[in-house]
Amino acid sequence: MNFNDILTLLPELYLVAAVCVLLLLDVFLKPEQRNITHWLAIAITAVALWLVIDGQPAQSVTAFHGMFVRDHVAEILKVFALLSTLLVFIMARPYLRDRNLHVGEFYSLTIFATIGIMILVSAGSLITVYTGLELLTLSSYALVALNRDSRLSSEAAIKYFVLGALSSGMLLYGMSMVYGAAGTLDLAQLHLLAGGVDMTNLMMFGLIFMIVGISFKLGVAPFHMWLPDVYQGAPTPMVSFIGSASKLAAFGMAFRLLESGLGQLHDQWQVILSVLAVLSLAIGNLVALVQTNIKRLLAYSTISHMGYLLLGLAAGTQQGFSASMFYVIAYALMSTAAFGVILVMARAGFECEEIDDLKGLARRSPWFAFLMLLTMVSLAGVPPMFGFFAKLMVFKAAIDAGLLWLAIVGAVFAIIGLYYYLRVVKVMYFDKPVEGVELKPQTDKPLRWALSINALALLALGLYWGPLLAWCQRAFAG
Amino acid sequence: MSPQLFQIICFYAFGIVAVISALMVISMRNSVHAVLSLVLTFFSVACLWLLAQAEFLGIALVVVYVGAVMVLFLFVVMMLDINHERLREGFIKYLPVGIVVAAVMLVELLALIGVKAMHANTMGPDPAAAQGLSNTAWLGQAMYTQFLLPFEIAALILTVGVIAAVVLTLRHRTGTKQQNPGDQVRVEATRRVRIVKMEAERRQQESQS
Repeated sequence: MNFNDILTLLPELYLVAAVCVLLLLDVFLKPEQRNITHWLAIAITAVALWLVIDGQPAQSVTAFHGMFVRDHVAEILKVFALLSTLLVFIMARPYLRDRNLHVGEFYSLTIFATIGIMILVSAGSLITVYTGLELLTLSSYALVALNRDSRLSSEAAIKYFVLGALSSGMLLYGMSMVYGAAGTLDLAQLHLLAGGVDMTNLMMFGLIFMIVGISFKLGVAPFHMWLPDVYQGAPTPMVSFIGSASKLAAFGMAFRLLESGLGQLHDQWQVILSVLAVLSLAIGNLVALVQTNIKRLLAYSTISHMGYLLLGLAAGTQQGFSASMFYVIAYALMSTAAFGVILVMARAGFECEEIDDLKGLARRSPWFAFLMLLTMVSLAGVPPMFGFFAKLMVFKAAIDAGLLWLAIVGAVFAIIGLYYYLRVVKVMYFDKPVEGVELKPQTDKPLRWALSINALALLALGLYWGPLLAWCQRAFAG
Repeated sequence: MSPQLFQIICFYAFGIVAVISALMVISMRNSVHAVLSLVLTFFSVACLWLLAQAEFLGIALVVVYVGAVMVLFLFVVMMLDINHERLREGFIKYLPVGIVVAAVMLVELLALIGVKAMHANTMGPDPAAAQGLSNTAWLGQAMYTQFLLPFEIAALILTVGVIAAVVLTLRHRTGTKQQNPGDQVRVEATRRVRIVKMEAERRQQESQS
């Protein structure tokens, strides 16, 4: 270890120090002073974002004996993970305050989870992948369970914890197999060795277990069982975090393990990923058709979106990875916007969880109905929204890699998926408001502004997507 | 029997015992039996590690998991239903299983001593011995140089565990009677004892007479 190692890890080290200060400071604050914690947490995250962008190295740098890699892929994922964390922090306050959940630990646990994400996407070794993942998931379990007086929330947390522990076990089992076959934990060395090891069967065994672990974290069918329950039961701001920043991390993990580590086994994992992609496209889109709870609907929509993400990963080309990354960034921004609308409509004693709760929203508050419209249309993948170009890029990557059938399956399910997104729009614009249900949006200014900017960005990035895509492509080109 | 063959037999025997007892952990109906099986699983795995010359890990597993965590677990499971009459019954009832577990452990221990005495070496060269270090020193050096980053991340994970445990269990109930150590320490003598000055009183009888 030398000074350069520390400099490479500067954003992470800064966040660790800052979160400790935040944690200690919060102990001395009275409950009515919680806003100090809120704004301090936002400032800490913003400074971390600045450190990541400012200290961006010209090329890939490794630190701590190759355990940590700071390259462009990691930088982009970190920037958007921190950005989604910021959005979640700004949007969460009114919801948490209404439900007596506005505690300082929400902020510190979320920042700890973000540190886990930053370590995970920069991992240069199997051990770093695992420890980063555990830091992220353990904080997430606690965040989901934070509303401990709610039965639904506790059930969701237990389910998430048990299944998450099981999948971590699977991942670890796979890693130990790969270590046994290749004799190294370092991903760069693994990349060189993977093609030529004697024990190919052991390697394949490990690969499959690792894919199971990755699929669970992404929420890909058939490892998606936890998603609908967690989305429905957990407090909405936590779902927003799990749906945005954690997905960026899961993509980073998939890229590190499959491409940086086992890139030479691409022919084998391409087949597995294609099957998983078709399964999640089918299950996600078809089951979403019959949902009446909007959080469950978004959960199944996540499953289908992860299917599209796998199209790019399965292609396994530079173009495929950059398209997948573009897709996961688009998804993270759409997810914070969709949950933002739920957060702005929910108030004390009213969750705004049923799709019917949105009936006649266009007449009561036309602006938020318009923002929800933008988000839903973008999730459905209608031009000229951000979501459309993201889908287009993964389809193009899949076709160029010779997976035409996969792209066709994806397109068919995208059209089926259109129905349930547009149903939400129909309920908002053409149905009469339900008598007795009062739709009064939150008056919190930062929440309204953050949501408006987030949803309008989906339109803006849909019209002007070139620079972001070029940034993603540059990351994988070098 | 050649030392090598004996070591390989030991390896498979320990492995089989570990797998069978692990299966028993999840299939036993009686929770005390399940805990005892878990003790046996840990012990067999520790024996496997000792065979692979990972002395520190093996001993740590026995000391920390078998010695402390599992025995504590056993007490918790046995004490769940506090009834002294039934507790004494339970002791007799669980004794046979306990004896079996202890006997298997003893056999494993003797086998390990046998392997050591025969100087068997099928597991490849010991990297620690090659550098002239003890296993513990070698492990410590690797942990604080090459694996420093994961080691520190593990510390962060533990911190998250503590925060999560506190935030999920701490409740501020109002209206409960509890001690406040701060107030207790800060108390002054004048607030507890009141010294009253008064005239000395005569005995009742004397005053009457």
